Amino acid sequence: MKPVYISSNNILSPLGFNTAENISQISREKSAIKLQNIIGKIPSYAALIDNDYLNQVFKAQANCDICDFTKLEKMMLLSLIDTISKSSFSITDRTLLIISTTKGNIDILNSKINHKLKNRIYLSELGKKIKNFFGFKNEPIILSNACVSGVLAIVVAKRLIQNEFYDNAFIVGGDLISEFTLSGFQSLQAISDRPCKPFSKYRNGITLGEAAASLAITSTNNSEKTIQIIGDGSSNDANHISGPSRNGEGLYRSIQSALEESKTSPERLDYISAHGTGTLYNDEMEAIAFNRVKLEDVPINGLKGYFGHTLGASGIIETIVGLHSMNNNILYTSLGTDELGVSVPLNVIRKTQKRNIKTILKTASGFGGCNTAIIFKKIKF
Amino acid sequence: MDPKLSFLEFSKKAYKEQNFDYPKFFKMDNLSKLAFLASDVLCNNDIIKAEDKEHMAIVLSNRSSSLDTDRKHQSTIIDTKSYYPSPALFVYTLPNITIGEISIRQKIKGENAFFVLDKFNAEILTQYAASLIKNKKSNFVLCGWVDYDKRKYNGFMYIVARNGIYKHSKEFINKIFNSN
Repeated sequence: MKPVYISSNNILSPLGFNTAENISQISREKSAIKLQNIIGKIPSYAALIDNDYLNQVFKAQANCDICDFTKLEKMMLLSLIDTISKSSFSITDRTLLIISTTKGNIDILNSKINHKLKNRIYLSELGKKIKNFFGFKNEPIILSNACVSGVLAIVVAKRLIQNEFYDNAFIVGGDLISEFTLSGFQSLQAISDRPCKPFSKYRNGITLGEAAASLAITSTNNSEKTIQIIGDGSSNDANHISGPSRNGEGLYRSIQSALEESKTSPERLDYISAHGTGTLYNDEMEAIAFNRVKLEDVPINGLKGYFGHTLGASGIIETIVGLHSMNNNILYTSLGTDELGVSVPLNVIRKTQKRNIKTILKTASGFGGCNTAIIFKKIKF
Repeated sequence: MDPKLSFLEFSKKAYKEQNFDYPKFFKMDNLSKLAFLASDVLCNNDIIKAEDKEHMAIVLSNRSSSLDTDRKHQSTIIDTKSYYPSPALFVYTLPNITIGEISIRQKIKGENAFFVLDKFNAEILTQYAASLIKNKKSNFVLCGWVDYDKRKYNGFMYIVARNGIYKHSKEFINKIFNSN
């Protein structure tokens, strides 16, 4: 089967509109999370993208005649403009576009919003906007698989390229913070009253974040040093639609599937980029699953203390930070993890540090009982 | 069944005719009920061994995502005076919850993916199902289209296997989808 490599990437978050800006803020332990008024007068912590700044940058970069784009579309387009311009290939009829989002333009459901945009509540209409802007030839695949969407989008693209249905792919993920999402998570009592604290003893929920992120992946590599996607897997807990499994079954199986495919033994992993939402049960479930694979000594972090939980973008953003860790041999502080608060050991990264990083594991878990894992490896030709 | 039946009538009738004893069914939203009914007919057979079933992949698709339930959740937060979002409703505002419900019912722990597409797209489904089998992730893939929007509903499912009678192709899948 054809090998699949990472070409270019972009993170567009409140910390910055390109990957370099985001990495620079992370290395200084700067978080995008602030106290915000999203619903009524009760403030909650969230990481929001400033509308005025977004519009200003979009106007300068997008070069469009009729700019009737929604906030989320602008975020996704800007992220893709950067990734496409830096990628090693251009769009052909063998290029796939995958869009990862949980709720798309969900703010449109609010009847106070311009009704001209009404049909863009359908994710495929958002897909058409992105497709037509860049002139993609194929119908985009929109992956809406809860919190694993971003990681799974990379997996789907890799598999379709491996099997030679496409030569390369652009993946973009994004979600908004809306009254819709916040009210729902509040009703589940899942919103943290402080910026989220992944794996901490004092964690009490998630913090929502707004972001878009994109990746270019290809079967053709022309550089001496690159990163290859060497294995992946996804598995359902078959246990509960909104609660994680107690023994981490689905996540355990996903990691095993990825290790098997990549012929990697657990001790070869140099770093784990966890899902780390900061909820009581998810973080505990992850810790159990990692221990079942004997990964308790592998350095691990959760990055949601920087960005919040950006839903459809989160898996892509966290993957990109992981790629940066591999390229620069550096691991970043797990922001918000103070006293470890899971029932089994984990080697949480307490301080940003230099370290030789060759092989990494990225995981995600979400509602619907879904779990996904990917293994990336640094290759020198 | 009579195509003029409302979804409520249809789902009740189907549940009764299949002699289900699964009270969780009545807690599900319309989309999950539809996915549940379509999958149950296919998954309860003697051809697929229990071990293979546990590793079966589920790849579903639709146009309207979870919009029917999204609208219901939105209606609970539209008015500040009667602001009452419900967790039992909110958890169904993701299309892949359908896969979760099928997995729980059938004890399936395999690969998952939910694709939202402009219309039924046999090409994408066949490409991904073939990839799952070639990559040795599953021997069986439950594929389908489950859409519920503005009281219109459409459910279509089939199982792709490593070995079988009919050749797995875009043309064949389109043929059976269009003959429904």
